[in-house]
Amino acid sequence: MIEVLYFAWVRERIGIPRERIETGAATVAELVDELRAREDRYVAAFEDLRALRVAIDQELTDFSAPLKGAREVAFFPPMTGG
Amino acid sequence: MTVRVDPARFDPGAELNAFSKGVGNAGAVVSFTGVVRDVAGGLSAMEIEHYPGMTEKAIAAIVDEAKSRWTLADALVIHRYGRLEAGEMIMMVATASRHRVDAFQAAEYLMDYLKSRAPFWKKELTRAGSEWVEARDEDEKALDRW
Repeated sequence: MIEVLYFAWVRERIGIPRERIETGAATVAELVDELRAREDRYVAAFEDLRALRVAIDQELTDFSAPLKGAREVAFFPPMTGG
Repeated sequence: MTVRVDPARFDPGAELNAFSKGVGNAGAVVSFTGVVRDVAGGLSAMEIEHYPGMTEKAIAAIVDEAKSRWTLADALVIHRYGRLEAGEMIMMVATASRHRVDAFQAAEYLMDYLKSRAPFWKKELTRAGSEWVEARDEDEKALDRW
């Protein structure tokens, strides 16, 4: 089981801030493919991966990163702090 | 080094005075305060979302990197989240060093990285509706100079 978190418009498109997912995905990209295959709201959220950032266990990474050992994966748009 | 991620309002003057008193003979203190600006169409408020846990870690890592690049006596980062009205203070950064160049550069470095690498997202609420603020290419490019 992996905890998947969504922020900003990704959260709004998917409709929930977080969920626990049972997945066999080896990488972030595979997890995204699994989610897209589920429902249209995931397709809408993951339409353009270039517009998204991903963090594994609260560290920024990229979509090719392996999920082995990951507890938490978060998807969000580019950050706008400051 | 102090990092505070908090929805509460803060008084930048009081924060800067307290920070300056604690830096000993640093000689140079630089500060930056970010304010919610009004936008065309009339901004009624801004909502800032963040990633609790990652936010604190990401800011601490940015501050650590600044400390490794410049000689800093101290650094302060305050960043709010939640709902903010136009004119309210969003965040502030202060740096103290023996000489001003280190304090200025470290403050600019902290600001550049907080903008693009700390997990905050701003949403502008206007009379016309609400819209997520998009990250700007120049903010990403600003990181290249470091």
